[in-house]
Amino acid sequence: MALLQIAEPGQSAAPHQHKLAAGIDLGTTNSLVATVRSGMAITLPDGAGRHLLPSVVRYAAEGIVVGDEAKSAAVDDPLNTVQSVKRLMGRGVADLKTLGTTLPYDIDGSEAVPRIRTRRGEVTPVEVSAEILKALAKRASETLGGELTGVVITVPAYFDDAQRQATKDAAKLAGLHVFRLLNEPTAAAVAYGLDQGAEGIHAVYDLGGGTFDISILRLHRGVFEVMSTGGDSALGGDDFDRVLAQWIMAQAGLGDDIDPVMQRRLTRLATGIKEQLSSDESAEIHLELPNGHWRGSIDRETFNQLIDPLIAKTLAACRRALRDAGVTAEEIEDVVMVGGSTRVPRVRERVGELFKTEPRVDIDPDRVVAIGAAIQADVLAGNKPDAEMLLLDVISLSLGMETMGGLVERIVPRNTTIPVARAQAFTTFKDGQTALALHVVQGERDLVSDCRSLARFELRGIPPMVAGAARIRVTFEVDADGLLNVTALEETSGVKTGVVVKPSYGLSDSEVERMLRDSIAHAEDDMAARRLREEQVEAERVVEALRAALAQDGEQLLDAGERAGIEQALKHLIETAAGENHLAIKRAREALEKVCEPYVERRMNASVRQAMAGHKLDEFEEK
Amino acid sequence: MAITLTEAAANHVAKFLKNRGKGVGLRLGVKTSGCSGMAYLLEFADELVEGDQVFEDHGVKVIIDPKSLAYLDGTELDFVKEGLNEGFKFNNPNVKGQCGCGESFQV
Repeated sequence: MALLQIAEPGQSAAPHQHKLAAGIDLGTTNSLVATVRSGMAITLPDGAGRHLLPSVVRYAAEGIVVGDEAKSAAVDDPLNTVQSVKRLMGRGVADLKTLGTTLPYDIDGSEAVPRIRTRRGEVTPVEVSAEILKALAKRASETLGGELTGVVITVPAYFDDAQRQATKDAAKLAGLHVFRLLNEPTAAAVAYGLDQGAEGIHAVYDLGGGTFDISILRLHRGVFEVMSTGGDSALGGDDFDRVLAQWIMAQAGLGDDIDPVMQRRLTRLATGIKEQLSSDESAEIHLELPNGHWRGSIDRETFNQLIDPLIAKTLAACRRALRDAGVTAEEIEDVVMVGGSTRVPRVRERVGELFKTEPRVDIDPDRVVAIGAAIQADVLAGNKPDAEMLLLDVISLSLGMETMGGLVERIVPRNTTIPVARAQAFTTFKDGQTALALHVVQGERDLVSDCRSLARFELRGIPPMVAGAARIRVTFEVDADGLLNVTALEETSGVKTGVVVKPSYGLSDSEVERMLRDSIAHAEDDMAARRLREEQVEAERVVEALRAALAQDGEQLLDAGERAGIEQALKHLIETAAGENHLAIKRAREALEKVCEPYVERRMNASVRQAMAGHKLDEFEEK
Repeated sequence: MAITLTEAAANHVAKFLKNRGKGVGLRLGVKTSGCSGMAYLLEFADELVEGDQVFEDHGVKVIIDPKSLAYLDGTELDFVKEGLNEGFKFNNPNVKGQCGCGESFQV
């Protein structure tokens, strides 16, 4: 029978409805997949017990190979083995030159997106990433015994929209539903449960094999905000190995002219010694030389001296990030350690000194990001009671639609947590109106002219009807990544159209702040403006309706005197509506309505007579 | 009337409860749904409900409501690995038939 996992109280899934979710750490060098089972977040190993999947894809003659097998073939088949593809995600051909590193692949630069030439044809970075994701998803669904409902994939906090979109595209290509992308430092903080704690500022120190990232996060009302990021894309544990290898060479009396085989052997040796020094105070060194042996030893203190200049570089980046965030080291509550190189005791010690707090190291630093992603995926899949739903993002500015008179109808108010979907019904303003222009705006002000315009589109093909009869349902959907999808549907005919925008695009924090401040400062003006516009729109609607009625049956139902009275009140309303006194407009409209009362009554009677003509009374009674 | 746990199941339940940081035990139950009648329910228990029966085996508290107990009496809960997958399995002597996957059953 199927194997069961323990669910949260009241969250047991119906048979065959398990909401299987996974978190994926799609790394530059290695990738991981994790999931929550029986309330516990764990990374999933492959059949051989390996948790890390090297982010390497080999396009071999016999098929596509991902992971360790591909990695070991990299030396022999470099042109068909793609590594570190994450660095190319969302980049154009022009960007590649600025990346600094030379890539060993044969890249076709004739198009906007770089294409890597392999023996199995040209592949894009998105396609390569999709292969890695496929391998991880396969591992997850085999382990969980079913298809995944959705995944959370982590990306660096500094990834821009294009890089994030490319990551989503890769997931789509791999056949995965992405609940959301999550910033790597945020995932690490979630893994430690910092999101469940009090509000505060945290630092995430991520020292991997080849890269270093520092992020300062602020938890505010259950939402992690990235205050600043910094780092060095060419600094990591590999540099520790390099300086140690150089030290060994100097001690063993080797010159710089050693061959590549010897170089590789030295690097491997250095890696082993570095790892040993994380637990032991000293390590013995045995080096096989062409002309014999070299034996030596190194203690932790000497190793620390070797790597101190490198650690100092990371600390300088930390201080810069603190300055950018406008906070002091004392304000940092927790420092979360991520990346294998944070196992080095000296790194922990120096980081602790800088932030004056003991760094958090309880969770395996290689797996902590995937674990945080898995916890988030579990929540988004709906496996937690609603009360424990963690909020990770809110809308910073309200989203709305322009309505008649240049007023804003707010549909999703600010501080709404995402993902969210809200719908509102709109209608037509004029008789026989067949199209509706929709204008999506963002901001807190009441007039469209004071808000930020996000998108305009038109709903066409509305069947001609009297004003107000059409039912147009406008839906605003904001997904977990803040992407806004607006659709308009005319319900009687089913005509539909829509647009997708990124509300945060090109908007800085200070602009958001200014827009919010303005809305408070202008609250009264806005209210007055709204009252005026609403009266003007109402006046216009009455004028429109009256003119249509007069053209239809004014001649039959009104005598000259009545007609003149109405025309005069109508003229007065039109003139007043051009002014700015909302009360005067209201009075003029009411005066007109009063003058029109007998006319309206006669019209009503006429239309009832028309409707009933030729029918018997009992025909109506039945209804 | 009893419900038992294998040692492997008890060890895993204890580990999961400890990791979760709260909960009084493990709640077993059945509910009417699924493709073949009844479905098993396996949840963490945060509180006891009136009428709940509590069994203790290998130091783990198993909580079950009396209605479910009728369907589960004599059940042994096991923890097994099948390839990469691992999880809990109900060895329920009351089962007369089950759907292909065993996620739901009839008595």
